[in-house]
Amino acid sequence: MTRRLNKENIAQFLINVHGLGEMFGRSLFLAFIKPFYLRDILFQMYSIGVKSLSIVILTSTFTGLVLALEFGHEMAVYGAKMYTGSVLSVALVRELGPVIISLVVAGRVGAGITAELGSMAVTEQIDAMRALGTNPYKKLASTRFISLTVMLPILVAIGDMCGMIGGWLVSVTSLGISSDFYWSLTVQYLFFPDLFSGLLKPFIFGMTIATVACYLGFNATGGTRGVGEATTRSVVLSSILIFTLDFLITKLTLGAI
Amino acid sequence: MTGRSVVIEFKDIYKSFGKKEVLCGLDLAIYKGETLVILGRSGCGKSVTLKILLGLIYPDQGQVFINNTEITALSEKSLMPIRRRMGMLFQGSALFDSLTIGENVAFALTEHSDLTAGEIETIVAKNLSFVELSGTQNMMPSELSGGMKKRVALARAMAFQPDILLYDEPTTGLDPITATTINALIRKTQLEFGVTSIVVTHELDSGFSVADRIAVMDDGRILEIGDVESIQNSKNEFVQTFIAGPK
Repeated sequence: MTRRLNKENIAQFLINVHGLGEMFGRSLFLAFIKPFYLRDILFQMYSIGVKSLSIVILTSTFTGLVLALEFGHEMAVYGAKMYTGSVLSVALVRELGPVIISLVVAGRVGAGITAELGSMAVTEQIDAMRALGTNPYKKLASTRFISLTVMLPILVAIGDMCGMIGGWLVSVTSLGISSDFYWSLTVQYLFFPDLFSGLLKPFIFGMTIATVACYLGFNATGGTRGVGEATTRSVVLSSILIFTLDFLITKLTLGAI
Repeated sequence: MTGRSVVIEFKDIYKSFGKKEVLCGLDLAIYKGETLVILGRSGCGKSVTLKILLGLIYPDQGQVFINNTEITALSEKSLMPIRRRMGMLFQGSALFDSLTIGENVAFALTEHSDLTAGEIETIVAKNLSFVELSGTQNMMPSELSGGMKKRVALARAMAFQPDILLYDEPTTGLDPITATTINALIRKTQLEFGVTSIVVTHELDSGFSVADRIAVMDDGRILEIGDVESIQNSKNEFVQTFIAGPK
């Protein structure tokens, strides 16, 4: 019984890996095929990007505030409090900004995409779209894939900036660091590889969140309960993949440097 | 039916989902311009038959021909133009709930035609008038009753003036008066546009009132096929039980 269960689990795992790969390939390939659905892409960019701005600004500003307090406090022990800005900016741009904001977007946008597409799947709306001669992978998945891939790096860049502003606020008001010194060190210790790694990650995470969200949404079954389960799975799987890919990209980019 | 051309043909279709066999050697031919009703118990494979015809599901074995083109051998891309010649009314209507009624009916035209916005609006108004829902263009699907949704779904399915219309349980869950309205619409569509229709249902009244021929289905195959009278007088035990109810 256990052996059969294991076999079934392995088979299901392989089916999901294949399905995710197929969804990624289709979404990417169809992005370059007509029709381009520019209106849908712009709507998704607004929905994914602009509507996520407030939560991204809030999360990253508070991350910057807390990081500056923690770094300032610990570095003061070694007399290096003045370097808070440089440590904070590198940590934010390379690591915390991409990961935290991607997790927030996976929770807000990824879950939303899975719920929306899942509802469409269980009410046969996706079948209806195919019956009307429209490719749902193009109209629904590829447009979201493009939008997330474009908007997540922009959100991360904005978030990094907000985090640095948060750090600056604490540095100036609580740590006694001058504004000019904070910004000069922040900029001085940020190199091209940091910026490259910091923007490559959300680019890849965006594709990952969209692929997972669309795959689980398209394959949702079992009514509203099934949609709920798919939505939860979407956030969990996206988060696991973000952490795993973050490690791999960091390893690769650090190796390259 | 001699002399009438066959539009749709299922040949020895098998389909399973996991260990459950849904279709087991389905053979069926549908003639041009007729309304064929597939009667059968819930879960006997009726809806799967329609989805295979649309290419939404591929059979495990067998062939499906539409106007002598084998669709089971076609890719998703090659199927798209064939699908546009067909319309389907889904069991739950399957209206796009984030679009207005007008946008739902206009969907296929907006996607696949070069018509201007004005021309599309005219077709939408005409189709909604055909299903007696004029003036509902700006309403959302959530504002409509079940019967109205079915009528909008019919208007949407007809947008491209298809040659073939498929109805999946068109009257299920509706009150008798609304069901009669839908049945009348199915008949009206056939008479006015000459479309070939397949109606899948387990409701006898609905089936008998719209059918030119009836195919009774059980365990994934056609048990008996004929006109309404021959089915009503069938000697087949299952057909009799299905029509008269268990004794």
